[in-house]
Amino acid sequence: MGLDIRWPIGLMFSLIGALLLVESAIGGDSNLSVGININLVWGIVLLVFGALMLLGAIRGRKTPPSA
Amino acid sequence: MQPIHLAWVDYTILIAYVTFVLGIGWVLARYVKTSSDFLTSARSIPTWVTGLAFMAANLGALELVGMAASGAKYGIAQAHFYWVGAIPAMVFLAVFMMPFYYGSKARSVPEYLKMRFNEPVRALNALSFAVMTVFASGISMDALARLLTNLLPWKLDTNFLGMNFGSYDIYLWICSGVVLLYVLKGGLTSAIYTEVLQFFMIVLGFAPVVYLGLRDAGGWHSVKNSLQGVATNPSAFYLQPAGIHYAPDAWTSVWKPVLDGPAANPLGVDWFAVVFGLGFVLSFGYWCTNFLVVQRAMAAKNMTAARNTPLIAAIPKMFFPLLVILPGMIAIALASMPNKGYRIPPPIVAQANYNKAVDAVKNASPTDTAAIKVVGNALGVKVDDTKVTQLIAAKTANKLSDSKIQEGLYNSIAENDYNSVILSLLKKYCPPGLLGLALTALLASFMSGMAGNVTAFNTIWTYDLYQAYLAPNKTDAHYFWMGKCITVVGIVLSIFCAYISKQYNNAMDIIQLVFGFVNAPIFATMLLGMFWKRATGVGAFFGLFGGIAGSTVFHAFTTTAGNVDAAGHVINHMKGGYLGLVVEFPSEMAQNFWLAIFAFTICFIATVLISLATQRTKTDEQLKGLVYSLTPKTVDHNLPVWQRPPVIGTVLIIACVILNFIFW
Repeated sequence: MGLDIRWPIGLMFSLIGALLLVESAIGGDSNLSVGININLVWGIVLLVFGALMLLGAIRGRKTPPSA
Repeated sequence: MQPIHLAWVDYTILIAYVTFVLGIGWVLARYVKTSSDFLTSARSIPTWVTGLAFMAANLGALELVGMAASGAKYGIAQAHFYWVGAIPAMVFLAVFMMPFYYGSKARSVPEYLKMRFNEPVRALNALSFAVMTVFASGISMDALARLLTNLLPWKLDTNFLGMNFGSYDIYLWICSGVVLLYVLKGGLTSAIYTEVLQFFMIVLGFAPVVYLGLRDAGGWHSVKNSLQGVATNPSAFYLQPAGIHYAPDAWTSVWKPVLDGPAANPLGVDWFAVVFGLGFVLSFGYWCTNFLVVQRAMAAKNMTAARNTPLIAAIPKMFFPLLVILPGMIAIALASMPNKGYRIPPPIVAQANYNKAVDAVKNASPTDTAAIKVVGNALGVKVDDTKVTQLIAAKTANKLSDSKIQEGLYNSIAENDYNSVILSLLKKYCPPGLLGLALTALLASFMSGMAGNVTAFNTIWTYDLYQAYLAPNKTDAHYFWMGKCITVVGIVLSIFCAYISKQYNNAMDIIQLVFGFVNAPIFATMLLGMFWKRATGVGAFFGLFGGIAGSTVFHAFTTTAGNVDAAGHVINHMKGGYLGLVVEFPSEMAQNFWLAIFAFTICFIATVLISLATQRTKTDEQLKGLVYSLTPKTVDHNLPVWQRPPVIGTVLIIACVILNFIFW
């Protein structure tokens, strides 16, 4: 219906991913959890996920999705 | 739980989420023009979206919190609620029942019941369901507002129109307001879209926490080893009275402890109750007849999509124990490792009580045995005598600061609040940023719980009560308008219920108990309706009533062990047995499972007997599309093999069986 939900999902998770990356860059040691800079790792994961969703949304705009 | 400190990045994520949710509603509003757009999404949503929403509608925050708590309390056996109590029913709904729901063009489950049986059956189901959704969303919002009040540092206090609004009220009204806005704008589609968003938030927010917890605990094998210690001495975690021990693998295998009988597993259940009570009656009753979830499948764009909706949902559902039950198991394993310095959080104690208790410790001398009692009374909770004695000794030996004493008191509370397991893990492992994501995910599932209930409520009200009995034959614009009005009413009623829940915990327990009675037998009615054309409306109505009465009576004559005092009197009437004692179950769960079995059996037999004694009022022609034997079989041959529901369903069942064997 109307809006392809992959747009909001893609945009939102890209944004959150970017925020985590910013935090990992400026937060220093507070990012460490069990010895891992988790904000960096997870920021990248979220960005990739968001990008994939956006890619799907862009492709879906050209070809109307089938059942 | 102490307040959690949130950084700017956490608030930004929270605000971003709310903005996106409102934005979705605002964009969708342009496409919502009729009552069916608003209430049923005009059957237009892609399969993967309805599938994830189907799963997420059930994934309320209380479920998340409760599953982690149960993971800690019962171990991996809790996965029965997924592998036995969900997957088979979801496959059954998809393969056998969806053709009738979707094919009949019914807009709701009660409407199907009207088509198949008669008006009274519909009215009974619609009314009880409508009341239930309002209470469910009220309970969810009450929990959310309490959580925020405890978690966020602000102490708010405003006067508005002469009324006093504290933090609790403000959080409650703001969150309800957000839900109202996006549901009012985009209707069911809004609710479904935000459920999908919430699904990804939960997965992506909790997965790193589980990973970090597992890593911290030293991996799965180390967790498994520690859980053996938990199983052989559950009283150390205040789970069971001292002296009760289980086999070392009781927390780490799904079937062995259950097969060994109710005394051998912490759930206190036997295998028959699990398979028949949970796996058949309760699970099929929920997944196959609850309009809240079925509505998601009914919003799919065609029959194949509708049938595949529960199947798509079943794939993540199968692996969700990893995300929701495992954290609880990790938490209790960590708590059993002395070097980790982690304990399952005790119940919240007010700072004033801590202050009093700190003073009591300071004034106590190590030889004074009465001091322990004084400290315990000051805190207002049960305390571990040895730990308090140690604390007093430590303070006498070398001067401890007040905050050190308070920490010692915290650790000596002899009770665990398992419901705060998940929050304590988030707090322990999430740095700023990730914490925002995980907390927003939790918040999102509270709000979408409300949205889901309200969208089910407004459909039932508009189509099954208002259009059916109060104002038939109006224009669609009128029902569209009514749908919007009732959405506002639904939210207001939910807020009202949230306040009831806040004021009277007991009232909520009674209400949930009553709904347990009402829901237990419904699957028998549905099963006979769909697969036996001889079932009559009169039979269904009185069968259902008999089932409800049956479960009420069952509850009145049974109770759980531990709820009977030495003289044989029942202690808490909420746990049953108030009319006499026939059976004593080892646990509340066992009592629930057997109650369901009993109610189902009564309803099934009564419906069959009364149907045979009454005349059919619907002809074969009228029942076409509603009953299995009178409906042409759905043809799947035009679909590629991997899209055929029976094929996917079979694969899912096999996968589920394999999972059961892996963790046998």
